[in-house]
Amino acid sequence: MITVKKLVKRFGLKTVLRGVDFEVHPGEFVALLGPNGAGKTTFLRILASLSRPSLGEVHIAGYQLPTQAAQVRARLGVVSHLPLLYGDLTAEENLRFYARMYNITHQELRISEILEMVGLEARRRDLVRTFSRVMQHRLAIGRAVLHDPDVMLFDEPYTGLDQDASTMLDDVLRTVAAQGRTVVMTSHDLVRAEDLATRFDILSRGVIAATATRKQLKKSNLLTFYREALAG
Amino acid sequence: MNNATYRVKATKKHSIAKPSFVRAVFAIVLKDLQAEYRSFELISAMLVFSLLVIIIFNFALNLDIKTRETVTAGVLWTTFAFAGTLGLNRSMAIEKDRGCLDGLLLAPVDRSAIYFGKAISNLAFMLIVEAIVLPVYSLLYNRNLFQPGLLLVILLGSIGYVGVGTLLATMSVQTRTRDILLSILLFPVVLPVLLPAIIASDGFLAGVEVADSLFSIGLLVAYDLIFIAVAFMVFDSVVEE
Repeated sequence: MITVKKLVKRFGLKTVLRGVDFEVHPGEFVALLGPNGAGKTTFLRILASLSRPSLGEVHIAGYQLPTQAAQVRARLGVVSHLPLLYGDLTAEENLRFYARMYNITHQELRISEILEMVGLEARRRDLVRTFSRVMQHRLAIGRAVLHDPDVMLFDEPYTGLDQDASTMLDDVLRTVAAQGRTVVMTSHDLVRAEDLATRFDILSRGVIAATATRKQLKKSNLLTFYREALAG
Repeated sequence: MNNATYRVKATKKHSIAKPSFVRAVFAIVLKDLQAEYRSFELISAMLVFSLLVIIIFNFALNLDIKTRETVTAGVLWTTFAFAGTLGLNRSMAIEKDRGCLDGLLLAPVDRSAIYFGKAISNLAFMLIVEAIVLPVYSLLYNRNLFQPGLLLVILLGSIGYVGVGTLLATMSVQTRTRDILLSILLFPVVLPVLLPAIIASDGFLAGVEVADSLFSIGLLVAYDLIFIAVAFMVFDSVVEE
């Protein structure tokens, strides 16, 4: 579903990604872990077609980036710690706007489905700026799955969430993965990553330093694996 | 919501297709107008600023009537340019602050549609402000500004200003010094639009024939086309890095 070969990303003289090779099969849930500054967000932004690679190849769902970016974006849902929602629009107006941008058929039906899914049906006509952070996060997830994407990218989705909201996000992530979607999530939360993901990749100093599936990890735990990968 | 059961998959087939360029532009303009209708944040800031500038000029240039007539075009365009910067900055800051710019860029639309959508919204806001400022100016300075030639120049000048301003605002909003950077970048670049606009406006206010202002109007049209074409070509690169 996702194939990345020898990906390099430079910002001026600074090289953030130094030849990343990465492959994700359909239905896999990959937790991309690593310390601050390892290049996780940069890597995810390239997968999301928000940034161009300096060198290397990126294919998602059979389409190449950046040349076939529009086709990739149509199959991609992205959730970050920012809501990507307009505070001066209501919940349904936000979803309607994105439904238009994705040219979704039966827009009103899908908007109702999504609002019901994220538990905001009763607040559909309220301005998003009046929502709590948790409600905004729910709506942000609804926005990301509005077009029924095959691949979901989560960039530090737990940032700033309280315990209840984090538990809600756990459930959403499990459901998203159970429906056969391919998921890549960056996180600092090793406990949650270990609980949710089927594979763990450690990004360190601009390369994938180590990778392990859940089965392979059974002998040790994620924290030990993570520490060893960073030390190596 | 707490049942831990989420129907994320669409129950019916909600097919998606790349939206047409015009549909995407229309969606962005509609979204901006809707948001502004609710908050009145952008237009009110531009309007208050414009009116303050005009009033300050009114007192500062407490000159004789003849001298006042000669500075009208300059005062008008100075007001529009400064107020426009305020509007452009705010318009793009709204997109940036909650990550909405990424939301736009993630949509499977031609990115130039995002540029045109934002530029048309910005133009609409600027024209609304100008439509309110002109009668106020007419009253304060006792000058009739509702002349077809002058209105045409204001429209063409605003198109050029917003055309290049939207592109530069998209660049500057991604920096920490966005509030001052836009002015520093925009004013030197937009001078080729402002100068013929001021000259043509001055001409129409002095009562010269349309034929005598054709060169300035031609320059305005040419710069409008150049700026919009350049923005159309480079917008994709500007928003990706």
